[in-house]
Amino acid sequence: MSGALRLYRAYAVASIRGQLQYRASVVMAAIGTFVATAAESVAVWALFDRFGQIHGWTLPQAALLYGMISVSYAVCDVLGRGFDAFGAMVKAGDFDRVLLRPRSTVLQLFGQDLVLRRIGRLTQGLIVLGYAIAAGTIDWTIARAALLISAIGCGVCAFLGLLVLQATSAFWTVDSLEVWNAFTYGGLMMGRYPMPIYRRWFRAVFTYVFPLACVNYFPSLAILGIAEPLGAPAITGWLAPLAGPVFLVVSLQIWRIGVRHHRSTGS
Amino acid sequence: MTGALRPYRAIVSARFRMLLQYRAAAIAGLWTQLVFGLALIMIYQALYRSSPAAVQPMAFAQLASYVWLGQALLAMLPWNVDADVRDMVRSGAIAYELARPVDLYGLWYSRAVAQRTAPTVLRAAPMVVFAGVVLPLLGAADWRLAPPPSLAAGAGFVTALAAALALSCAISVLINISLIWTLGSDGIVVLFTTAVALLSGLMVPLPLFPGWAQAALGWLPFAGVFDLPFRIYAGDLAAGDLAIVLARQLGWTVALIALGRWLLGRGIRRVVVQGG
Repeated sequence: MSGALRLYRAYAVASIRGQLQYRASVVMAAIGTFVATAAESVAVWALFDRFGQIHGWTLPQAALLYGMISVSYAVCDVLGRGFDAFGAMVKAGDFDRVLLRPRSTVLQLFGQDLVLRRIGRLTQGLIVLGYAIAAGTIDWTIARAALLISAIGCGVCAFLGLLVLQATSAFWTVDSLEVWNAFTYGGLMMGRYPMPIYRRWFRAVFTYVFPLACVNYFPSLAILGIAEPLGAPAITGWLAPLAGPVFLVVSLQIWRIGVRHHRSTGS
Repeated sequence: MTGALRPYRAIVSARFRMLLQYRAAAIAGLWTQLVFGLALIMIYQALYRSSPAAVQPMAFAQLASYVWLGQALLAMLPWNVDADVRDMVRSGAIAYELARPVDLYGLWYSRAVAQRTAPTVLRAAPMVVFAGVVLPLLGAADWRLAPPPSLAAGAGFVTALAAALALSCAISVLINISLIWTLGSDGIVVLFTTAVALLSGLMVPLPLFPGWAQAALGWLPFAGVFDLPFRIYAGDLAAGDLAIVLARQLGWTVALIALGRWLLGRGIRRVVVQGG
């Protein structure tokens, strides 16, 4: 285990050093990502400026949903580049080299690349989260702060699990599939608003299939001290985030099946 | 006149047929936009249900049509670079473009016409069928893409959409030209595409922005690509406003083409062909 961590650190340091050779380019790209994600918050702000609230949620309350999900996704985005670009890797036959090395494929793919420019998205998410934390709508306790941090961690797991599934599908389709974007980007957008505004089937997909509501909406209720309007017990907010790590573990099991199924393109 | 246009027509048609091959990408994109469209409709419906009519700038049915038009015509929005142009700038193959016996701006504009129409043709029809026919059958008639309220609105929409295409291509070429300065890196392109997504009405329908921002949003070029034609379709802008809408769209198109030609001329003078 410690050997694996050492190896991951070596990968990460090599990747960061490589990118820092093009410092200006990284900074420019990070600013670009920041502006692009900031535009999305401007759009949400405009809606609250006009309508005041959505289903009883005010802007600072919704900002907690927005900030948590943005930070979770941004961390996943920085870490998961190897899985994100996996379709191209299978296509080029480069996955064979990964298989030849006596280390786990998962570790090697996570170590593939740490994309520094995506820090722009993380910064933007942290600003929104900071606003939600400081806006004065939350009665902070140590337990709630701990829940916030662990729910974000569980959210990272959920998004990573989705990324692993997306990469796994490339074993069968020999290309990465844009269809997963409906869950990643669709989830990223729908997760910014309280769940009761969606129809039951839509909620079910983002709760039981891809457990985004479990790592975002339910813990937000507990942190904000809002009673769950759909009748789930109060403990739900504290336990539901665990669905994130569970989802990641299941995804990694499916990944193993995919690796066994893998036939090289031979190119 | 027709003889002078022939090479450009040939480029448009060749590129168009090539881009029609990307059907799998179109189906995947369609699915994503469908989920996006449904989520957006549910979000706007919740906002409309919990707010007084005074803050609602248009009826919900009109807003639903606006959202579905945006999802159906997404590929028409000038929000990505032409990957082939980026590769040409990076690899130095742009030298071949300079050697062709046609006007370079006209060549790139023709490429943009194909880039903005072919994927749109693939995606728009199924999306319109889903939003206009399937949704009401599924019992969600209030979410549907409704037909335009009058024949005049429909005809006005078609006319404004043609002008929107001309404008969108002018913006697309500008984005491609910026690659000559940045050698294909994404910095400026991201700023461009962000402005397009936010100010065209894709992220949020422009009428939902604060009242004080409306005048400025309407006069910027981006509204002409999505917002103005959509509002004619939904009947939010009267068909009588068509003349003003067209004047804004075509005025910007002419200005941006002039700007693009000037920038391209300057850019070409400083092109350094990479590699051998």
